[in-house]
Amino acid sequence: MEAGGAAMATAGCCLRPFSCEQGLLSRPDGSAAFVQGDTSVLAGLYGPAEVRGSKESPERATLEVLLRPKVGLPGVGERSREQLLRQTCEAVVLGALHPRTAITLVLQVLSDAGSLLSCCLNAACMGLLDAGLPLSSLFCGVTCALDAQGAIVLDPTTRQEQEARAVLTFAIDSTERKVLMATTRGSCSVEEMQQCLAAAQRAADTIFQFYRDSARRRYSKS
Amino acid sequence: MREPPLSNCERRFLLRAVREGKRLDGRQCYDYRNVRISFGPDRGCCVVELGRTRWVLGQVSCELVPPKPNRATEGILFFNLELSPMAAPGFEPGRQSELLVKLNRLIERCLRNSKCIDTESLCVVAGEKVWQIRVDLHLLNHDGNIIDAASIAAIVALCHFRRPDVSVQGEEVTVYSPEERDPVPLSIHHMPICISFAFFQQGTYLLVDPSEREERVMDGLLVIAMNKHREICTIQSSGGIMLLKDQVLRCSKITAVKVAEITELIQKALENDQKVRKEGGKFGFAESIPNQKITAFKMESAAVDTNNVEEQAEEIITKADPPSEVFATPILHTPGTAQIGEGIESSWGDLEESEREEEGESDAAAFECQRMETEDTSTISKAKDEPIVLSDSEEEEVVILEPQEVPNKTRTQTTLKQENTSKKAFNKRRRKKRAAR
Repeated sequence: MEAGGAAMATAGCCLRPFSCEQGLLSRPDGSAAFVQGDTSVLAGLYGPAEVRGSKESPERATLEVLLRPKVGLPGVGERSREQLLRQTCEAVVLGALHPRTAITLVLQVLSDAGSLLSCCLNAACMGLLDAGLPLSSLFCGVTCALDAQGAIVLDPTTRQEQEARAVLTFAIDSTERKVLMATTRGSCSVEEMQQCLAAAQRAADTIFQFYRDSARRRYSKS
Repeated sequence: MREPPLSNCERRFLLRAVREGKRLDGRQCYDYRNVRISFGPDRGCCVVELGRTRWVLGQVSCELVPPKPNRATEGILFFNLELSPMAAPGFEPGRQSELLVKLNRLIERCLRNSKCIDTESLCVVAGEKVWQIRVDLHLLNHDGNIIDAASIAAIVALCHFRRPDVSVQGEEVTVYSPEERDPVPLSIHHMPICISFAFFQQGTYLLVDPSEREERVMDGLLVIAMNKHREICTIQSSGGIMLLKDQVLRCSKITAVKVAEITELIQKALENDQKVRKEGGKFGFAESIPNQKITAFKMESAAVDTNNVEEQAEEIITKADPPSEVFATPILHTPGTAQIGEGIESSWGDLEESEREEEGESDAAAFECQRMETEDTSTISKAKDEPIVLSDSEEEEVVILEPQEVPNKTRTQTTLKQENTSKKAFNKRRRKKRAAR
């Protein structure tokens, strides 16, 4: 553990350049394009809107998430990501304010170069902000990869993800940096997972600052 | 979600404006909207915007497959246009089939039947391996004139794409990765582009590049696909309007002008992208997000401080509660049947000796049921001929497991007892049983 500790204290953890554009589509109620390095995802949101009978819930809004890959038909991987995104968004959206309505979130992968799920989470959050839906907190997604030596790499590229021993994705909320969603692929020890989570919480600070700055810029001329 | 319906007011307003030669966005009748093309980091990926907000994303990919049996020396072209649910509230996954089929067919006719791509050059080993080129188009925002934008996106993506280089030596086929040998562009003879015309009032008025509102009130649509050499690749007229010969000729002249402009724009965009890639500059969607827009924001690469991560993690682990014990020993009753856990003891009210014995029997006999159901000893076993008097309570559920020899007396006693025992504990277990079902 001590030898591993020395190797892990590298300052090699950095996030790729981010950029975000909101409100770029005219038809959806809210839209955002989020770019992390070379990975980019476009989110479009409709809601609160009319919902068909069977899906209607009398207490809260029904949230539906659709994730579309760039090539081919959506498969099992997309379905599982949709479920993770839906659970994260449901925890944050104040659905009780809009009962018997439907909120539809559609995500389109524009390019995939690693950390796709966290890019989808970030795009979803910016889309929710742009649509003006009531949220209890913001959230962001951070991906960590553990390479063979046990070093943590934040926001990994496709190559880093493939060579990693484990890839962990966390959704972290903005009020108390708590974990909304965690998913892992590969094997890691409990200590390593806690370390990745702590690193992800630090990275979340940077991402929330980015959200704040982009919102400040957007409303600077009102 | 339903598309909000168009009001009569709006319809009349649009038609009246068309009659006076005015359009809602200030264009003239023959004006085309601005086309903006941006490329992604992968080869063969492009985004085309027609006007302020129309988007189509195109992606080309390829793989080696056996060819079609009746065309053994030709490659395969596959087009797939998808209307994303974010494009319009009325588009739902799996719903909008008629429009989708029409668009797909039109794109196929425009690009495949016009032989703009040389499919013979896609053949690797005649009869065994050919390249299958797959073009996926996703409509992201519907503001009218999907066909034009889709055809532009398809041809731009095809021109932008590079396929891996192959070499054939006798029977062996080697596919080189992009690192070994530079990928090769597809051989494209010409670039057909569709232009749409909307007709109003039985062909009296015509608009080029209709927007979404105009499309909803038009009588009919004429689509002409042409390349810059003024060759018509496809013509389609839908909506049942009857056009005169000189109207069609006039439209084709307009098409020739528009296609020349658009082709020039495409060439310029492709050259720019090629230049940027060669010089090693930054390319991709990140660059296409404009700096000056107030709704766009960029951040450079940011380092994250992970110095004390191990100490923080250790602290959390030592403060955490120890994990609860997990029992994982299964009991194997018969081959194929296992039981994990014993279930908790029955906590019903006072029971007579005989009933306790009966319960004991049914417990042992009921190991085929789920663990929770073994607690529900509301079992009344049925002998072959005798009818059983069940209580009138609607809540009582009966689980009949095995025919058991039980004397009458005890049975009726159990029914009475079950009525009398406190319903609260009973209901709790019954609710669990319902949930288990």
